[in-house]
Amino acid sequence: MIAFVLSRLSSALLVVFGVSALVFLLIHAIPGDPVEVMLGETSQPADREELRHALGLDQPLPVQMLEYYRRLLHFDLGTSLYSRRPVAQILAERIPATAELAVAGLAAALLFALPLGVIAAVRRGTPWDSGAMMFSMLGVSIPNFLMGPLLILIFSLWLGWLPVSGREGLASLVLPALTLGTALAAILSRMIRATLLETLAEDYILTARAKGLPWHRVIFHHAMRNAMLPVITLLGLQLGALLAGTVITEIVFSWPGIGQLTIESIHRRDYPVVQACILLISVTYVLVNALTDLAYGWLDPRVRLRQSDRGAA
Amino acid sequence: MKLWLAIAVLAVWAGLACFGWLLPLNPSEIDLTRILMPPGADAWLGYDDLGRALWDRVAVGARYSFFVAIFVVSISAVVGTAIGAVSAYLGGWLDHVITRIIDIFLAFPGILLAIALAGVLGAGLGNVVIALTVVGWVGFARLARAQVLAQKSREHVQAAIALGARRRRILLRHLLPLIGASLIIEATFGVAAVVIAEAGLSFLGLGIQPPAPSWGSMIRDSSRYMLVSPHMVIVPGMALMLVVIAVNTLGDALRDRLDVRLRGGRASSTN
Repeated sequence: MIAFVLSRLSSALLVVFGVSALVFLLIHAIPGDPVEVMLGETSQPADREELRHALGLDQPLPVQMLEYYRRLLHFDLGTSLYSRRPVAQILAERIPATAELAVAGLAAALLFALPLGVIAAVRRGTPWDSGAMMFSMLGVSIPNFLMGPLLILIFSLWLGWLPVSGREGLASLVLPALTLGTALAAILSRMIRATLLETLAEDYILTARAKGLPWHRVIFHHAMRNAMLPVITLLGLQLGALLAGTVITEIVFSWPGIGQLTIESIHRRDYPVVQACILLISVTYVLVNALTDLAYGWLDPRVRLRQSDRGAA
Repeated sequence: MKLWLAIAVLAVWAGLACFGWLLPLNPSEIDLTRILMPPGADAWLGYDDLGRALWDRVAVGARYSFFVAIFVVSISAVVGTAIGAVSAYLGGWLDHVITRIIDIFLAFPGILLAIALAGVLGAGLGNVVIALTVVGWVGFARLARAQVLAQKSREHVQAAIALGARRRRILLRHLLPLIGASLIIEATFGVAAVVIAEAGLSFLGLGIQPPAPSWGSMIRDSSRYMLVSPHMVIVPGMALMLVVIAVNTLGDALRDRLDVRLRGGRASSTN
């Protein structure tokens, strides 16, 4: 188990290293002179030189890169070009809103996916099943930027139940969470249905039934445990889409989180903040993924054995 | 969605994209007397806040979503498959390096890298294609790599090696046809993903620029008028949804028909 943990963590670290390199190179993807793009064409040459120096862009690339990593290790993410404040400080203000939204979105997804998936599997081939699968098809096909406005239209404008946008109180969290969670709910309910159907066909379920156990006990105590394992992996992988989804969802609902900050900073050409936001979201995803793998390995010994096989190959 | 309906939707989408220029479409023509007019007998799909006909705008928007999707998916598929297949076939340090690079690209969640790239490169059609291709090749590379690894020890490949066939010939003639089915399925779902991503970037103001109509930017522009004119969000939204559902339906159907796993692994030899 320790070997598995170490190998998983070291590969996660390597990926974090690579991801930050790519984010570092992002600023060099700006066509032409990045400093000119950031300051505008009418800027003074002296100002440009000053900014170029402040960003370290006058140094050779390897030196810039080393300096970048040295700063990252100290959580120094630079200074915003727009507000002149430390980027780390700006991020810290925005993290709670995004974390709240992501957790609520995840909760909404599970709240819908679990009953839908279980009902679809247990009532296979009935209208319940086709209804749940239709929801799933719609859920994956309606992107956040359409789901959000549609929910606003129905629940805020027509019914007047919930606020249109902003972050004030629990009611304002409901629609963003639903918007963010729908796609994940759709994917998860399909997966839960599929794995539960597979598990229900196993012999030990037949045994449990033959013993005379009631259906709900068989499903929730015997079948769900095994059926949930692949679901957890999928959940870990899909969290990335959920995190990326916060960007668009925050824009739709004017939710003051990291995603909104990312897009605002792109439009302001405040690239140090953009880089930091992208880095923060990706690193969070890598770490969550590594944790999911570890949890999975802990739940199912076959995984860590298979993993160490693959690591050796 | 039934398969025939999905194919009909896709035919309309592709038809509007390829032959839409034959129709009298004026997506930027402003008619001040028809501002925010709802759909109706003499208004087709209605008019937007500037008095532009939504039918014309959705029809021209189909062009952007279709060609962006076709371009991005074809370039990604060719580049990704080549990288993944060569990596798996040659193995060794090259495979190790490429696998690491794939891992790093996969570590950027969803559309995030495309948002960052489009944001840095600047908005516009060409940059959207670049940003989405940079993100898109990875899926194909990972799939092709896994598939070639699984297939390269099969007898006919070994026989070809023993006969002295060149690497390029083995990859193109003996391995690519085996993995073609899964690549086609991946490409189909890729089209749906790119359609959503292009609309998403345009929604964020990082994609197709006004006044050119993209379904994504039409949805964004509708938000201020949603209460008085919900058709402004519903019309482009429905277009987008129909296309995505149709592509996904086609992908599901292809997977059921082509996927070797579902037919017990034996059918792959007949592909």
